[in-house]
Amino acid sequence: MAGDGEFLAALRDRFGAALRDLSLVRDRVIRLAIDRKDLVAVCKFLKEKFDVEHVTCITAVDWRDHFESVYHLTSWKRNVMIQVNASIPHDDPRIDSITPLWNGANVHEREAYDLMGIVYDGHPNLTRILLPKDYEFHPLRKDFPQELDRQYVSRRKIGGG
Amino acid sequence: MGPQHPMTHGLWNLRIKVDGETIVDAEPEIGYLHRGYEKIMEVREFQKNVVLTDRLCYVSSITWSHAYCLACEELMDVEVPPRGQYLRVITLELQRIASHLMWLAAYGPDLGLLTALLWALRERELFLDLLQLISGARMNQNWPRIGGVRNDAPPDFDQYCRKVIAHFRKKMDEYANVFEQSKLFQVRTVGVGRISREDAMDWGVTGPNLRACGARIDLREMDPYDAYPEIEFEPAVARDGDSYARYKVRMEELKTSCDLIERALDKLPAGPYRAKQPRRAEGEAFRRTEDSRGEALFYVIGDGDDRPYRVKIRSPIFSTMFAAPLMMRGNKVADVVAIMGSIDVCVGEIDK
Repeated sequence: MAGDGEFLAALRDRFGAALRDLSLVRDRVIRLAIDRKDLVAVCKFLKEKFDVEHVTCITAVDWRDHFESVYHLTSWKRNVMIQVNASIPHDDPRIDSITPLWNGANVHEREAYDLMGIVYDGHPNLTRILLPKDYEFHPLRKDFPQELDRQYVSRRKIGGG
Repeated sequence: MGPQHPMTHGLWNLRIKVDGETIVDAEPEIGYLHRGYEKIMEVREFQKNVVLTDRLCYVSSITWSHAYCLACEELMDVEVPPRGQYLRVITLELQRIASHLMWLAAYGPDLGLLTALLWALRERELFLDLLQLISGARMNQNWPRIGGVRNDAPPDFDQYCRKVIAHFRKKMDEYANVFEQSKLFQVRTVGVGRISREDAMDWGVTGPNLRACGARIDLREMDPYDAYPEIEFEPAVARDGDSYARYKVRMEELKTSCDLIERALDKLPAGPYRAKQPRRAEGEAFRRTEDSRGEALFYVIGDGDDRPYRVKIRSPIFSTMFAAPLMMRGNKVADVVAIMGSIDVCVGEIDK
């Protein structure tokens, strides 16, 4: 696709130093990795210059030494999908919210907060969404144990953790 | 309203702020059915998760397990043989029809049309029979596999399909007569629960609910997977963005799915239906599909082990549910049922 090259060049021009990774995953899918401080600037740029109008989903990943907040953004008009991986330090799980840009991000950020405990600064209503309000843990974190003995799991796995 | 209200079709709660009879604001409250899918999937092997993803939504299980398989294939770099791709398209569309009919069966009684319940369930059973014929189960089929499908189609499967579709086409005209010429149905749906195209996109509405706002956005066409690029079809679109438009889009989609099945059966190639897949995977991959309710996405991360490191499920109705307050503002309390019914809620996939 001709449009993909244009995307990559424009992103490289604008955010050259801030980008940790910029690649074409497959046709019409772009992946970029950034630090949390550049997130809003990148998203605003994508929204204004590339007509990104839809937040498909927001995923929080616990990499044990750091967190990642992964944004899947879609431009229906240009039929392009952009995956933004923003890294977050493990001891300070905060990142700016993109709900002011797209209302669709609202529930996904709440879900990521609920299950992974990442605080989205500037979110209008950051409360638990799936779990009860008085729940104390963030179960998708890797240090939250699974009940392995109640499920069939091979021995090798239990040994390896 | 809820969590034990006849309109909720599952367990969820809707808090409504009213001024007299008019809705000022609404807030859905979910989580009653949260099973921790994303956590459970982290300790099970890639293949074993297929059976779990089936149960995300019992009304359209194949579309969900298929989305998961697609994401895993992307991660493991597996190419599905052509016959497998076509068989998937056929079963996906059968499942879509069954799912839309289930919606119709639930939506009719919401509006007081009990005929819809009986008729739609009657026809749905024919499609479930077809799915049973090919996969062995009416629901929760556990049919797609990473790398293809579980088994080949039985002999004469295409003839059964064609027979059911020919029968169903006749019935669809009957449906149109019953619903569209019913004054009651028109009054309850036309102009009720309107949402603009811009708002719908901004709030992350997808699938039939977005196409009802006049946007031609169908991932089968825009981000094609499996054999969809080789089969021609026209996505259903309506303009008004109200409950009636959402009904129209789904009814059109039933016809589109019938066409798709017939064309896929015509082109069904011979050959293997399943490719070998590796047990372990490393890296990250995602794929999105057009679920019966909208954009379904699986984002799978592998760390070189035989189980995923992290799986993220994107449920279309999860976003749509929170856009519903926009549809409801300004309508009457009695219309809540007509609006929430029209977006086709499935709590299993919302709560994960």
